[in-house]
Amino acid sequence: MFAYYLDLALRSLRRNPVLTGLMVLAIGLGIGASMTMLTVLHVMAQDPLPQRSAQLYYPHIDPLPKAYPAHNDWGDPSDNFTWPDAMALLERAGRGAAMAGGNVLVWPVDPDQMPFRLQGHYTTAGFFGLFGLSFEQGHGWSPADDEAHARVVVLSHELAHKLFGEADAVGRMVRLDDSEFQVIGVTADWAPQPMFYADASSKGGFGEADRFFLPLSTAVDLDMGVSGNQASWKEGENGKRSPGLTWLQVWVELKDAAQVRAYRQFLVDYSAQQQRLGRFERPAQNARLYSLMGWLQHEELVPGDVRLQLWLALGFLTVCLTNIIALLLAKFLRRSAEVSVRRALGARRRDIFLQFGIESALIGTLGGALGIAIAQAGLWSVRHRPDAYAAVARMDLSMLALTVVLAVLGSVLAGLLPAWRASRVAPALQLKAL
Amino acid sequence: MQIRPILAALRRHRLATLLISLEVALACAVLCNACFLVAQRWELIQTRSGVDESSLAMVMVHGFEADQGKDLNARMLAGLRAVPGVQSVNLISQVPFGPQTGAAGISHDQGSFKRKIGVVDFVLAGPGTFQALGLELVAGRLPKVGDYSPATNFAPADAQVLVSRSLAEHAWPGESPLGKEFWCDKLHFRIIGVVDHFARARPRDWGSQAVEWTVFTPTLPGGSLAGTYLLRAKPQDLPRVLRDARNAVAKIAPDVVLDQENSRTLVDLRASYFKADRIMIDLLIGVIATMLCVTALGIVGLASFWVGQRQKQIGVRRALGATRGDILRYFQTENFLIVSFGIALGMVLAFGLNLLLMSHYELPRLPLYYLPVGALALWGLGQLAVLAPALRAAAVPPVVATRSV
Repeated sequence: MFAYYLDLALRSLRRNPVLTGLMVLAIGLGIGASMTMLTVLHVMAQDPLPQRSAQLYYPHIDPLPKAYPAHNDWGDPSDNFTWPDAMALLERAGRGAAMAGGNVLVWPVDPDQMPFRLQGHYTTAGFFGLFGLSFEQGHGWSPADDEAHARVVVLSHELAHKLFGEADAVGRMVRLDDSEFQVIGVTADWAPQPMFYADASSKGGFGEADRFFLPLSTAVDLDMGVSGNQASWKEGENGKRSPGLTWLQVWVELKDAAQVRAYRQFLVDYSAQQQRLGRFERPAQNARLYSLMGWLQHEELVPGDVRLQLWLALGFLTVCLTNIIALLLAKFLRRSAEVSVRRALGARRRDIFLQFGIESALIGTLGGALGIAIAQAGLWSVRHRPDAYAAVARMDLSMLALTVVLAVLGSVLAGLLPAWRASRVAPALQLKAL
Repeated sequence: MQIRPILAALRRHRLATLLISLEVALACAVLCNACFLVAQRWELIQTRSGVDESSLAMVMVHGFEADQGKDLNARMLAGLRAVPGVQSVNLISQVPFGPQTGAAGISHDQGSFKRKIGVVDFVLAGPGTFQALGLELVAGRLPKVGDYSPATNFAPADAQVLVSRSLAEHAWPGESPLGKEFWCDKLHFRIIGVVDHFARARPRDWGSQAVEWTVFTPTLPGGSLAGTYLLRAKPQDLPRVLRDARNAVAKIAPDVVLDQENSRTLVDLRASYFKADRIMIDLLIGVIATMLCVTALGIVGLASFWVGQRQKQIGVRRALGATRGDILRYFQTENFLIVSFGIALGMVLAFGLNLLLMSHYELPRLPLYYLPVGALALWGLGQLAVLAPALRAAAVPPVVATRSV
């Protein structure tokens, strides 16, 4: 029966090629626009580190004075840590790392070439194990190097290649800003999107991957420039180590629920202790522990423009579907005579309903195929936008499947009402008119 | 034209009528709001910088120590002024649509933020920069030689400044801002003049009210004021002058690095700063156009179907003496009624959608005149769409009435 209805549907569609083309185009456009925006949203909300994200947590404590504006125009300053707090929190965690983004001037080995600016991270020894970076050559630095403020650096594959070509980079010297560093390792290229570990208040959630990593203590010693949000409320002689300057990010690894509970308790206890010492002024209950995905949600990385475009696309899809309903209704009712003959020959209402339902689904399938093409074109144009997230806008298999499902579902839903109306046609009246 | 028979006919096609009206209503709601969004973005793109953009360019260098600033400035100013076609080269810390270097919170009181004014951009500028920018003074006086003070910690500790009119009206509403003081933590500022317009470096990041919250700070060269230079040339010469200036930097100061990305004309900087908004406008216009097309095609489809269905009735009417014009007008009036019904619903929807958008985005209320304009557009669209099917209906000959009865 299915094959027969499919054949009927094909014939009917071929009889009115203009109307058919119109309906397919309407569904295709609506679905294409919606899927473009849904895909952008999907890649922005994706898990940047699927293998490890379940065990990564971002602590949050609130060292700001009471009078300090909690949410200034650059974001929440308490989302970052002061040096003493970061070190105290790391000491308690099994595995963890403190970090800050930096933008340094890299001097090529060849003195004739111009130096260039690159983005990287200053961090502690635990960083590489914590996020699971793999090394092509050499290794990361040890906690002892952190202690010793060693002048060492780990390069990304790309930067190592740019500086040294095919030659072995480990052991070579490279000049960053005004100091010489010894290369001790080269990582495989690593670019989680969104860049969850970067200073989120600077809204740099999507962008260029880090090209180098060097010890945080060394960067503090050399007073290298920090690219993220820095908020200070106390004059201090300690510079970056001041207890009154938030600028660091801290990530910790917690393996199970018990550890999470214990660490959360530790954060509250630590805040309470600091409060007793007179350092913290805000309630200890402000201490929090975010999972990786929870943290991304907290930081609201999806720009308002993208959400607006999604709403726009969905509104457009609604207009298209309403249009399809009207057209299908007109089309099906025009065939009242044909329906009546079939009904007089013994077809049940259910059969008529099924026949038109299949015709709607067929239109939906064609529209879905067109929608995929339009969405690909849409994503291509998104990738040419100047926004940082643009480069990651690609459709994966699940979104591809969703496109077809959405198109077929949409058109079947749109076809429900017209098919039902067609199946209610009174055969006697129509037959008389034939 | 009698409306009652049309209404009676429509009542027999309640569902289809309702659907097309609904589509018109949705289209009306999306159309009004999308047009409003386009207008908002357009206004943003048109942000007045207050400076002579077409004759200005910025040259920026990095990679020097703070104590080299003074020496670097002297070399760069002399070297760049030697480039043929240059009218002037002056020191500045930031220009509209370039990188932001000095945004900070200011207040009416010293050392605390209890009587906060807001976050403003401090534009440090050397002698002659005011004239080079082409800023328009509306009150007070220009900075004199003695007004330029040294800055080491991003801004001078005690400075005579000029503010934009928009900032003056925000901080001292209804008062003359001349002689007024404000603080940035421990840094002290006194106002000597007011400029008409002067946009901050990243105007769209700070909300529509704060686009021009800018403090023009006369500063002595060196310290915080080094490494960024404002080039002025005739608009037609500017691209060549900038290219020559960029090439000259390597010879003037081989020890520093030219910022390739930001050493551009102000026109270029503006274009790339607003690129995302331009794309959004294109996108919105694209969606509006496609949506109107789809709506029109829906109307065409349904009207054609009705014309086909009513062939016989049309023939009977023609046989009874109705003219072609009568038939044409019948379908036009019918379309007008359907669209009107949709528009009535659409206005309510448009308003609701606007409220929804307002609650999620920083967006003002939809001005009421958008509604009649949107309504007119949809009426026009409806009449245009129905014209072809209606003409076909008018062409039905009376003889149809006699066939196959």
